Amino acid sequence: MGPGNNMKTSTVVRYTLTHLFIIVLGLAMIYPVLWMVVSSFKPNNMIFSDPGLIPKAVTIENYISGWKGYAGTSFGKFFANSLLMCTVAIVGNLISCTMAAYAFARLKFAGKGLWFAVMMVTLMLPSQVTIVPRYILFNTFGWVGSYLPIVVPRFFATDAFFVFLLVQFIRSLPKELDEAAIIDGCGKVGVFLRIIVPLAIPALVTTALFTFLWTWDDFFNHLLYLTNPPIFSVSRALRTFVGDAGAVVNWGGALAMSTLSMVPPFILFFSLQKYFVQGITTTGIKG
Amino acid sequence: MRKMSGIVKFLRRNAVAYIFLAPWLLGFLVLTLYPMVYSLWLGFTDYDFTKPDSTQWIGLGNYLKMFGPVFGLDEFTASTGEVTRVDPYYLKSLSVTFTYVFASVPLKLLVALAVAMLMNQKLRGVPFYRAVYYIPTLLGGSVAIAVLWRKLFEKDGLVNGFLGIIGFTDLPSWITNPKYALWTLVLLTVWQFGSSMIIFLAGLKQIPQEYYESASVDGANKVRQFFSITIPLLSPVILFNMVMQIIYAFQAFTQAYIIGGGSGGVLNSTLFYTLHLYIQGWTYHELGYASAMAWVLLLIIGVLTAIVFRTSDFWVSYGTGE
Repeated sequence: MGPGNNMKTSTVVRYTLTHLFIIVLGLAMIYPVLWMVVSSFKPNNMIFSDPGLIPKAVTIENYISGWKGYAGTSFGKFFANSLLMCTVAIVGNLISCTMAAYAFARLKFAGKGLWFAVMMVTLMLPSQVTIVPRYILFNTFGWVGSYLPIVVPRFFATDAFFVFLLVQFIRSLPKELDEAAIIDGCGKVGVFLRIIVPLAIPALVTTALFTFLWTWDDFFNHLLYLTNPPIFSVSRALRTFVGDAGAVVNWGGALAMSTLSMVPPFILFFSLQKYFVQGITTTGIKG
Repeated sequence: MRKMSGIVKFLRRNAVAYIFLAPWLLGFLVLTLYPMVYSLWLGFTDYDFTKPDSTQWIGLGNYLKMFGPVFGLDEFTASTGEVTRVDPYYLKSLSVTFTYVFASVPLKLLVALAVAMLMNQKLRGVPFYRAVYYIPTLLGGSVAIAVLWRKLFEKDGLVNGFLGIIGFTDLPSWITNPKYALWTLVLLTVWQFGSSMIIFLAGLKQIPQEYYESASVDGANKVRQFFSITIPLLSPVILFNMVMQIIYAFQAFTQAYIIGGGSGGVLNSTLFYTLHLYIQGWTYHELGYASAMAWVLLLIIGVLTAIVFRTSDFWVSYGTGE
């Protein structure tokens, strides 16, 4: 009994210590985020002096002053703008990337090997190498100062990441289902709509999620193309809190609106966690 | 007749597939291939966004502008006869970016691997912990976090607040001190190790437990097991993570832009490559020069990726036995 009991105790101690270590480290990691949320409810003059998490006074003043936004446009409008852009981007990616992925994963056609290799190369291509000509192109279309340069490319599967993700997923689906559908008289389009799309829903959710996140958090393209305040996205609008010399005028408002900007990604992440993990592990890219 | 039926046959075989492929193919041709060729050409011109009609071919002018200082040049005469000043900040942006990439990527992967191993035990609550550790990655790329980061590392920021409690005095403003500013960005990147951690964790789960058990029986200690079982079996995953993180790190922009307030920060200490490219292209309208810079970035990334893959012969094993 003795030795066995001892071993049990030492195992329990070891596990407790491991748990404790993970928890302490985890807390340290998310401390800045927690502090940001708490500080956004502190009066402006207390934010600077207090590294603690328990506010000595609570106010929603920062949310009121931050919500006023920039150049007469409120954050309500910025949130609406971002949501609109994300929604259209998701629709675009879902349609175009799924179509391309179906072709690559299931159909036979001349040049398939070449195009697939090309697609994989574009996955690693730094976007800077296309950004200047795209800008000139969109400018000649008169699109600079609108959402079009950000959402239209999504209808042409320019995020190769998702094509790759969906190819991987569709390849893992049993081929027998396609064959059965073909015997039942389905064409290639029928197989796509009735078999592949419904079965690929988990991967489609992952695609929608990451499209949302990347469009929500994107800054570079928003900086280039969203040139006037009424069409600013949330991330573009947050930048207006930081002056050109890097000074922040209204810290309280900045922290309050920053906190609010994190709410949508947060909700999505915690409600759809498994799709995140799947997206990351099946492709292993970005994040 | 036979030829006709050949075409019909080809169309019959391929038409449906190409219809499915059409959006991607069109996107690739118009939004990727054409821009690449176009920007390659732009890189040899003095294209100015405010006066595109006076664009001239200047040969290697833009590249001399970048690398002139390496040859001790301050200015040079372009093929158009115009005397051009070299870019005094280009090499700085290159060194800032290389320092950033080679500090942040290995550190990030090390932390990710360590945490993944910590979580790869029979513990309760791992999915929850994993989610908490992923939070910085979820939010880290945003403008919001960059704004927060400024606040944390300012003179009267949270970090100095804590250091003050432990007894440190006379602390600098980390964000505006050229010695430390870049390292706050490295820290910000390492902090976002969540994706790599999840990938490593998935990789670790693939390693059969029996390997470790039989190694223990043979008397191999934990360190030995780590180097002769974990690392070799995980090496393809490490390689993949490393390549993607390097590519990704070279393109970092948002955090440096926000923390530097739209510039390269004090003494250009955080002048990332893409930030410099943006300033040249969109503040000074020199899109020709910006295009040349983009192509150099592409070459740097391509060469580095090739080198990593080459060296991988020595340290990556694909499980084909000892």
